Amino acid sequence: MREELLAIIERNSRIDLKELAVILGVEEIDVVNELQALEEEGIVCGYHTMIDWEKTSIEKVSALIEVRVTPQRGQGFDNIAERIYKYPEVTSVYLISGGFDLLVTLEGKSLKEISGFVSDKLSTLESVLSTATHFILKKYKDHGTILTKKYEDQREKVSP
Amino acid sequence: MKDMLSKQAVGLKPSGIRKFFDIVSEMEDALSLGVGEPDFDTPWHIRDEGIYSLEKGRTFYTSNSGLMELRQEICNYIKRKQGVTYDPKHEVLITVGGSEAIDIGLRAVVNPGDEVLIPQPSFVSYEPCAIMAGATPVIIELKAENEFRLTAEELENAITDKTKILVLPFPNNPTGAIMEREDLEAIAEVIRKHDILVMSDEIYAELTYKEKHVSIIEIEGMRERTILINGFSKAYAMTGWRLGYACGPKEILEQMVKLHQFAIMCAPTTSQYAAVEALRNGDGDVQEMRTAYNQRRRFLMNAFKEMGLECFEPFGAFYVFPCIKEFGMTSEEFAERFLAEEKVAVVPGTAFGDCGEGYLRISYAYSLDNLKLAIGKLADFVEKLRKQK
Repeated sequence: MREELLAIIERNSRIDLKELAVILGVEEIDVVNELQALEEEGIVCGYHTMIDWEKTSIEKVSALIEVRVTPQRGQGFDNIAERIYKYPEVTSVYLISGGFDLLVTLEGKSLKEISGFVSDKLSTLESVLSTATHFILKKYKDHGTILTKKYEDQREKVSP
Repeated sequence: MKDMLSKQAVGLKPSGIRKFFDIVSEMEDALSLGVGEPDFDTPWHIRDEGIYSLEKGRTFYTSNSGLMELRQEICNYIKRKQGVTYDPKHEVLITVGGSEAIDIGLRAVVNPGDEVLIPQPSFVSYEPCAIMAGATPVIIELKAENEFRLTAEELENAITDKTKILVLPFPNNPTGAIMEREDLEAIAEVIRKHDILVMSDEIYAELTYKEKHVSIIEIEGMRERTILINGFSKAYAMTGWRLGYACGPKEILEQMVKLHQFAIMCAPTTSQYAAVEALRNGDGDVQEMRTAYNQRRRFLMNAFKEMGLECFEPFGAFYVFPCIKEFGMTSEEFAERFLAEEKVAVVPGTAFGDCGEGYLRISYAYSLDNLKLAIGKLADFVEKLRKQK
């Protein structure tokens, strides 16, 4: 049940418990217990809402920043990653393979705010060797959801 | 001109679905539970392969039987799923959907006067195809108390010395019924005893929600007398690509290839290349879709329970077949009123044979949100009818 449950709530965390139980073919109490276990084990870490800010009148700017760093003895990348992720404007930090080390995503009110963060806070960290900032111009798809088009049922309404 | 038309063609009843289709297409805002095809798009990697084949200029006929590469993949697939071996050179034919395989399969084996056994309720094509092949269709009425499975006794009672072939349509459209191994073993005994052929239409084989699908070709002595039909429409959400296939003994396939060669030439080339990709890398997609269908199936069964609507639990395809006899209306009356009063289209059970009277086919090839909306209307309608009684 676990894998199927996770797949469902990853797409729709607002689904109600009774319905979850029905479509999984289990008792409601089993769903409640499983969800609680998933939360306790830190597997379910939160229930967020996907918002397409583009469609609001609120100004938001996001950027992806490639960061090259010097790993520290005994600490690897963990220490520097922590120093970066503690900033509230940082929305995610990944250690990645390839030409650079950390991929940082950032959300701010304006280009200026983001560039200010990069030049004042990020680049000045001792172990940061270089940064490259990419501003996001348009989101086509996010979290598996296509933002630019709506689903349209193109089938004939009745067929054998 | 006098006598312009074929009497046989004129004599065929038009599909019962057609009439509904005409009413529904007039209603702009009607919801529908009447669709017989997946709501999913064909997985992108499969579409991409189709596009790629066009870009590479693969726009010519393939061999009559279909791309060897695809026939080989089909054999691998059947070996993997059923543990049965077919020879890709002589025992596989790629067709334009499962429908073509039904047509030419029957035409390849029957002679005038032969009887074709057709269990109903079932897909709309078997009976007309049997007639156009010059055979006499003999209907076996499946029963709700057997969960619409075919029993050995029913089969035995229908067999005469003219019986040539049994059409075996499981997992079933419209009932959602399946045949499990012991069901198949029981009828296989009768089939062997009377030495008849089988046309097993397993287009919904990937969509079962209990044990893994069992094919009659797995049962002893059946492979050599069975035309196995399957295709890509339901499993891979590829209805519009029009691609199916038939597997069977060389002698039968040889005749089918001839009919196919003269009427069709070959199945669409683009679709064949896409299908190779589907068989090679599509298992995950099938699993994902099956899981989603199963969730919807459970949702519907629960909804029927809550509204007190009688329905056996089906374990195959993407249909449920609830009973509406309590309302004292024919299936068609019920479906027409439901459409007129609640603007939801369902297909009356009688579209799939007279013994579908008293039932509706409800498809769950819809998102849960759509199902909720439409089933909510069914619950309202049922309540209204009960109050009126």
